[in-house]
Amino acid sequence: MQHVIRIQDFSRDEIDRILDRASELEPVAHTGSSDALSGRILATLFYEPSTRTRLSFDVAMKRLGGDVIDLGAIETSSAVKGENLADTISVISGYADAIVLRHPKEGAARMASEFSSVPVINAGDGAGQHPTQTLLDLYTIRKEGKLNKAKIAFVGDLKYGRTVHSLAHALSLYGADIYLVSPDQLKMSDLMKDALIESGTEIVETTEIDDVIDVVDVLYMTRIQKERFPDPNEYHTVVGSYRITKETLKDVKDNLIIMHPLPRVNEIDPEVDASRHAMYFRQSFYGVPVRMAILSMVM
Amino acid sequence: MKPKPDEPGDRELRVKWITNGTVIDHITAGQALNVLRILGITDRPEDVMSVVMNVSDRKKDIVKIEGRELKPEEVDKIALISPDATINIIRDYEVVEKHKVILPSQIEGVVSCINPNCITNTDEPVKPIFVIRRGERVELHCVYCGRVIADQIADFLI
Repeated sequence: MQHVIRIQDFSRDEIDRILDRASELEPVAHTGSSDALSGRILATLFYEPSTRTRLSFDVAMKRLGGDVIDLGAIETSSAVKGENLADTISVISGYADAIVLRHPKEGAARMASEFSSVPVINAGDGAGQHPTQTLLDLYTIRKEGKLNKAKIAFVGDLKYGRTVHSLAHALSLYGADIYLVSPDQLKMSDLMKDALIESGTEIVETTEIDDVIDVVDVLYMTRIQKERFPDPNEYHTVVGSYRITKETLKDVKDNLIIMHPLPRVNEIDPEVDASRHAMYFRQSFYGVPVRMAILSMVM
Repeated sequence: MKPKPDEPGDRELRVKWITNGTVIDHITAGQALNVLRILGITDRPEDVMSVVMNVSDRKKDIVKIEGRELKPEEVDKIALISPDATINIIRDYEVVEKHKVILPSQIEGVVSCINPNCITNTDEPVKPIFVIRRGERVELHCVYCGRVIADQIADFLI
């Protein structure tokens, strides 16, 4: 494995190998330590804010015995002097054994991989790809539910949400049935739906969460952003109808898992957190073993 | 044998025959200037060329380039906007080679990405590259951001 740029670059076998490795490393991710990457250095370059992704890469590298150098705030880096990303990558790849990059421009990670002499891991490029999020989502579904032929509902912003696009593609490799639940303004694009249908995935589209909540194995919630709605009243109406509460969950399957890439705003009532269905915090933790697996496989 | 310049038949022609060079025929009507842009010929002041637009009942355009034989790999990218074009290599007034353009599998630096947030639309030292897929229509898939251009290819020529 060289670079990790898009989930579409990985076959099902390759994804399975990463998830298997993550499973082996999970005990270390909890409390342990390893010297697997001792003496190795990871550079983290975040040109956009991040909490979970940045910290979990940091933790993953340290749990494996490696070191992390961080670009820090953009305001204190040479980007302020007008240095382009290509030059920054050329320089940093001389300092580190792998680079984790988050950047606001789509395709930035792919371009970075062309200028880097060490593996580049895409930690999100604009509205484009975020492959390690997809891999940790797949790991969560495999570990806490069932990955093969899963029935999964994506709820909320299916138009702009990059998490949904990448995960839906990956799930098509596992024969999933996909339920798309969104307001009309935030429906998944026809291009994306056509690609899923072409890959043999069953798709059901609806605007009502109640239509699907009792049949699915996975409920994948996403944040609906206010700025997508020109009319604030419309936003409040829509957001209210896609909120999960204890009441919403009264007739769901016993083994339903609720996921969310976080941060959440109002999509899931905090009273749901204690439910056996709530998996989003554990999902976030699984970012550590999955990123440990990726780091150990690229370095 | 084609009539030579100044022979009687020539008076009926809109543009005279060329002695040596390349004739691109059957260009989709209205696309001749875009063909020149794609070929980068407009940047070469030493090339003598003729552009004939909307001939044969406005069904096609023709471009003739004097004294220069274009190679297939130079010309095939015009299939993006003119899939039925033919390339004729002319030597001493005779057509010595004739072939249809073939859509390449990838193009670089010809079309800019439709996505304003794509890394190729920044000051970074990177040229836009597209993988070309041909189904019912020609689609260009940006290898950087994944965005697809289909119907408005001519609008995004660099």
